[in-house]
Amino acid sequence: MEKILQGNYAIARGAWEAGLKVACAYPGTPSSEILFAISSQYKNDIQAEWAPNEKVALEVAIGASFTGARSLACMKHVGLNVASDPFMTVAYTGVKGGLVIVVADDPYAHSSQNEQDSRHWARFGKVPMIEPSDSQECKDFTKLSYDLSEQFDTPVLLRTETRISHSFSPVSFDDRRESIIPIGLDLKDAPKYTMVPIYVRMRRVVVEDRMKKLEAFADEFKHNVMEINDPKIGVITSGVSYNYTKEVFPNYSYLKLGMVWPLPKKLIREFFSKVKKVIIVEELDPFLETEIRAMGYKIFHGKDVLPGFYEFSPEIVEKSIKGKGYKPPKERINPEEFPKRPPNLCSGCSHRPLFYALKKLGVFVFGDIGCYTLAAAPPLNAVHSTVCMGAGVGGAFGAMKALGKEGLGKVCSVIGDSTFLHGGIAPLMDIVYNKGNATTLILDNRTTGMTGLQEHPGTGFTISGETTNQIDIETLVRALGVKHVRKIDPYHITKAMEVIKEEIERDEPSVIITVNGPCMLHRREKRKFEHAYYEIDTENCRGCKMCLDIGCPAISWREVGDDEATTKDGHKRKGVVSINRIQCPGCGVCQQICKFEAIVPGKA
Amino acid sequence: MEEKVTNVLLSGVGGQGTILASDILCSVFHEVGYDVKKSEVHGMAQRGGDVTTHFRFGKKVYSPLIKYGDVDFLISFELLEGLRYINWLKKDGKVLLNDQETLPPAVTRGTMKYPEGVVKTFRKYFKKNTFVIDGLNIAIRCGDARAVNIVTLGAFSNFFDIKEEVWEKNLLEHLPEKVHSLNSNAFREGKKAI
Repeated sequence: MEKILQGNYAIARGAWEAGLKVACAYPGTPSSEILFAISSQYKNDIQAEWAPNEKVALEVAIGASFTGARSLACMKHVGLNVASDPFMTVAYTGVKGGLVIVVADDPYAHSSQNEQDSRHWARFGKVPMIEPSDSQECKDFTKLSYDLSEQFDTPVLLRTETRISHSFSPVSFDDRRESIIPIGLDLKDAPKYTMVPIYVRMRRVVVEDRMKKLEAFADEFKHNVMEINDPKIGVITSGVSYNYTKEVFPNYSYLKLGMVWPLPKKLIREFFSKVKKVIIVEELDPFLETEIRAMGYKIFHGKDVLPGFYEFSPEIVEKSIKGKGYKPPKERINPEEFPKRPPNLCSGCSHRPLFYALKKLGVFVFGDIGCYTLAAAPPLNAVHSTVCMGAGVGGAFGAMKALGKEGLGKVCSVIGDSTFLHGGIAPLMDIVYNKGNATTLILDNRTTGMTGLQEHPGTGFTISGETTNQIDIETLVRALGVKHVRKIDPYHITKAMEVIKEEIERDEPSVIITVNGPCMLHRREKRKFEHAYYEIDTENCRGCKMCLDIGCPAISWREVGDDEATTKDGHKRKGVVSINRIQCPGCGVCQQICKFEAIVPGKA
Repeated sequence: MEEKVTNVLLSGVGGQGTILASDILCSVFHEVGYDVKKSEVHGMAQRGGDVTTHFRFGKKVYSPLIKYGDVDFLISFELLEGLRYINWLKKDGKVLLNDQETLPPAVTRGTMKYPEGVVKTFRKYFKKNTFVIDGLNIAIRCGDARAVNIVTLGAFSNFFDIKEEVWEKNLLEHLPEKVHSLNSNAFREGKKAI
């Protein structure tokens, strides 16, 4: 059977066919669909679970592997930074059941805070890295990664990029084969799994030896493929870069690497002997290029012409390699002149009034990773730093330490519910422990919003929708020793401002949690608004644009002609506002901002 | 089968069903024997931004992305989103436009103007190869404004010699049963629209 699958779904399929037993992840674009696919399609065979963060996800997968079960941990590129601690050491312990770690890179940072190249982790951690170039390879390579993991007693990194994870192409299906390794723990395995110095030193040698064996294996690996066409130019490449290059230069010769670490040195030597000039095409860092230059080879082209940042495309590859010989298609018009459609908070989103309140208070907001990064954009402009998951909480504390009493009333941090449970607990503990006075706002929208509404330990539901123990954020925060915990309704702007002002001026740690503000896309929880929608009383609207300051997608302004140039009570105006009834959920935020009573509840 | 790969660029705004339309295209062309690849190009999740998908079919498809300037068919569910990609079309490319405007935030805030004469601009460069449908009204007549994407697919099906049963079967496989008859109808009405 053949089906068209997204790369992430193909990875899920491959893992299932390989006999996967335990899968863990924390959502992160572009990797999030893998665990969802496993839980929705293969839940009878595989235990799939959202972990509070990537470090925990990997640790759970490691424990499962130690019993002999095939296990999987999935994350985006920056997720592997979080999981790097167990990752660097599981490279020493090795595995019992196959352990695959999927790491999804995001060149051009479509939905990320940086553009790092995960291939360095393979070299750094001394583990093999496999890189598929389409959905069929996503399935096949995931499957063979499990055999490789057990054969060489190593975790295997499977690297994708946005364009592989999120592209669709045909995949042929096979049946599931259960692993032949019996499940169980053996007390005598302790020296292998206990990384205290005496055993570390023993395993260290094993790791070196393993890399040598893997290097020899790479030369024989059937997915490191040489295609000799025109021998004048040979391209060494992998992943989606192979497809872009093959598309524009079909006649060149190719060495396509299915395994990007360790490198098949013999095969590379052979390729150099068969072609005249070698071009290396790779997105992001000159990873292959640096290694191949270190082997003593001259490269015809690499990062001297191809960009070392952003995502590639067929024309970028063509333009870079052809140089002056490239003829761009004729430009008919300049699309840069047109208005863009940046992503925005949904109409009715509980983050909008909250960030409007913060903007009015004029505070420096240490933000975090999630939908609220959208409040950094105009017209809200209410997020002033974003580093990584949890960094806002510690960041605000650090700023307050440096500013001293001067900082009171001027700083706060903002973090989401899922993000707080991911990385916000330890920095909040730090504020309490080190006698800080920073204020942490937890915007509890009852889900992991930006990545597509995943459950987390605070929602009371598992990935498969079963009810489970629920972490109560207020209880948790109080247990950490925060004495001042306030709850606010984010939709009541004036009241919210009062509470925030009081807490940020307080010379003690404080936490503010929003209540009754579930994500507008939430399937289970809905905020009941008082009115179904709002509309504009055009006789009163002065067209002052105050309500546009919240950036609600349902509100628009238009210029008026002479016949509409005054309000009912005689005020001159240049335009009026209207509210799109279909888009307006009736949150009433705009009504609180209007000074002229021009925004009124719609007639139901 | 001809070696040539055909490139279809679909564009629209979030909620118009651009991705569903490209999923259906993928299934239809795969079923009749082509290799297919599809890639969605959109920013952060689904937050009201523009949505573009690259769909390619042929004997063997390598790149999941279309090369700039190599589009054979541009299908746009919204006028500005069509115009944004006018440079991507080949000289003899064809464009199918749904005559609908959705105002972007800079326009609704009154800081920028929505481009005028979009259809005229396309006719200037693509004369006979510009096809315009009133997809929204056709969809409303069929019973649901959300069927614009299916109406547009119906119109698009005229460019290919693929049996209507194949279209219909794959269409319905992607939709819940309760909207089957509505969408079958929307597809047929769309087919008649150009």
